[in-house]
Amino acid sequence: MIVGGIDVGGKNVHVVIMKDGEMLAKGDSPTGIQKAEAAERLYDEVLEQASLKRADVERVVATGSASKRAAFAQGMIPDAAADARGVIRLISSARTIIDVGAEEGRAIKASPEGKVLDFAINEKCAAGTGTFVEAMARALEISVEDMARISLESTRSIPMNAQCAVFGESEVVSLIHAKTEKRDIARAVHDAIAGRIASVARIVGLEKDVVVIGGMARNVGFVESLRKEIGMDVVVPDDPDFVGALGAAAAATAGVLEEEVEAKVVEKEKYEEGKA
Amino acid sequence: MAKYKTKGLDCWERAKELRIRYYEDYAEAHDRAALRWEGGAWSFDAIPQALEGKVHVLTEEPYGASVGADPRLQVKYQEAAEGKWGCARDLCAYMRNYWGGIVLDEYAFGGKWPRADFIFQNQICCSHSKWLQVADEIYGGTIPYFCFDVGAGPYDRIGERQINYVVEQLYDGIEFLEKVTGRKVVDEKLIQNVQNTYRSACYWAKTCELNQAVPAPLDEKTMFSLYVLGTLEKSNKEIADFYEKELYPEVKDRVANNIAAVAGEQCRMLGDSQPPWGFLRIFRYLETYGVVSIASLYTFSLIGWFELDENGNVVPYPTLEEQGITIKDRDHALRLLAEGELKGKLMWAPFYGAKYKNELVTKIAKQWKCDAAILHLNRGCEGTAQHQMEMKIALQEIGLPVMTFEGNMADEREFDEARAKRLMDLFLTETLGLKKIAD
Repeated sequence: MIVGGIDVGGKNVHVVIMKDGEMLAKGDSPTGIQKAEAAERLYDEVLEQASLKRADVERVVATGSASKRAAFAQGMIPDAAADARGVIRLISSARTIIDVGAEEGRAIKASPEGKVLDFAINEKCAAGTGTFVEAMARALEISVEDMARISLESTRSIPMNAQCAVFGESEVVSLIHAKTEKRDIARAVHDAIAGRIASVARIVGLEKDVVVIGGMARNVGFVESLRKEIGMDVVVPDDPDFVGALGAAAAATAGVLEEEVEAKVVEKEKYEEGKA
Repeated sequence: MAKYKTKGLDCWERAKELRIRYYEDYAEAHDRAALRWEGGAWSFDAIPQALEGKVHVLTEEPYGASVGADPRLQVKYQEAAEGKWGCARDLCAYMRNYWGGIVLDEYAFGGKWPRADFIFQNQICCSHSKWLQVADEIYGGTIPYFCFDVGAGPYDRIGERQINYVVEQLYDGIEFLEKVTGRKVVDEKLIQNVQNTYRSACYWAKTCELNQAVPAPLDEKTMFSLYVLGTLEKSNKEIADFYEKELYPEVKDRVANNIAAVAGEQCRMLGDSQPPWGFLRIFRYLETYGVVSIASLYTFSLIGWFELDENGNVVPYPTLEEQGITIKDRDHALRLLAEGELKGKLMWAPFYGAKYKNELVTKIAKQWKCDAAILHLNRGCEGTAQHQMEMKIALQEIGLPVMTFEGNMADEREFDEARAKRLMDLFLTETLGLKKIAD
């Protein structure tokens, strides 16, 4: 059975194609403003990579904040649900999932089956998201990757108190003017985001294993800050930004199976009726 | 196929008519030589309404909510209030709507802002005690203002001393009313008004109790439009009659005949706090999953009076008839009024600590057979939003799945409808395992 999962996020689109539970192909690209076109284009590219046509895929499920833009998908799944399914598929011992993407940070309490038991989301605030880090990297005139790396070299903890991205940037500018080392500012930014997302995670309760996914999970500086903030080790899967798409593909598989079971039940009922 | 039979309420049009007439009466009061006063939905209207002649009241919170139901109007009024004082957004959203109307000299129900002859207010939260004082300052500080304190303690700590504390202030209030209006408070009217207050408060509570039935005869979205009459003027005979003689018997009949508020009821939801008034359609969205919001401490006890019985269950507060009481005189009326409000309005208890809210809400969730809870983290009212996250934990501890969403009861700029729906989709499909039953 071949299925697809597509995660159309605020900043990036991720696509995975699976065959009988194994990854066939995957790809990502910026979402941009034309989200529908970006989703279509990437989906076709990933299919081509796997030497497949659309007709070969039995079911595609979309997730992410712009999932409705993937008009070719036969189903949709809420992003936290996709996260839970994707993570449990990779790390079955995961119970707390922290997903920090471009525009949203969320914490999920998951059951061993990948069911969402509870969730919390940072509301209406960019200061706990990847977009904030990008803005701060621009202010520091370094890349996000460099910002992540140098923050690990910092030995100073500088509190950032701003509750929103705009004021957060003002604080960073003040620190720059105060000739604070870039590595210390980078750490301050990561510590601030970690503090914000940790308070969201505490709402659902932190239980081992804690898995961090989303684009920000690639940021080693942030992950280190988060470890310190919650006082627990965290697990980062390979390709943490593909987990949502993977969960959507898992949902597509489940959807196909569910439909097959339903069809068999209908067939059986018809058969029983015929016999009667 | 629909699971249950359903139909609209026969008394629905009557409720709408009473509400509209109330706002028109207030606006036209001076044309009929009637007095106008402003106060809160909790400000013991039985007393000013007992003045000689015709008297009409404008209660501040329902007015703020009416404005809140119209996103275009609310932004206009809030911006007017913000423009004048630069109000912080965490101030009561109803209050900002109300102030904006006065600043612009506009009445949401048509015409210029109808100035009050006096203000009769009570203090239960800081917004309530300052709201109309500031409103009066916009007028130029010329409207006589009286405020009494009802912060005497939670329902389980009310004794003679607490009742005396409020009653003594009510006597001062009567003196104030007679002095500033030149009219007398008529004892016969006062006694009648207190009787009506009991009827409104107790029969609304009895109606809410009927919602323990499966299927629920009422959904919360409808209940919002029904409890409002009690927030306008619960001492009014027509309103008391509505609760006792129209709504309650009709809902009782619905229960007897298994008539559901929502035909596809498959999940009974507990709510909390005021809803985002401009977006009540989210309740209809829930119904596409067969989810019906059927209970909340706020919706029940904003006007309804309840008590805890010997088993600790939340039950309607007894009517005067059930208590075998006939009101004898002014003092008796004032004492009964204070006693009913202080002991019966469980809604006030959370002002004294999270323990009260947690205890009451978990009892309601069990008694009303709720399957889950969706809590509106209401940025527009600090009073009703307090303790909500502790309440979430308390509900989860009794095994109830809980979802929260942020919003504002009357400031659309703080409510993200698409996001709230996304959260609901997630909660309903994943946590509760529900499927859509309609589009």
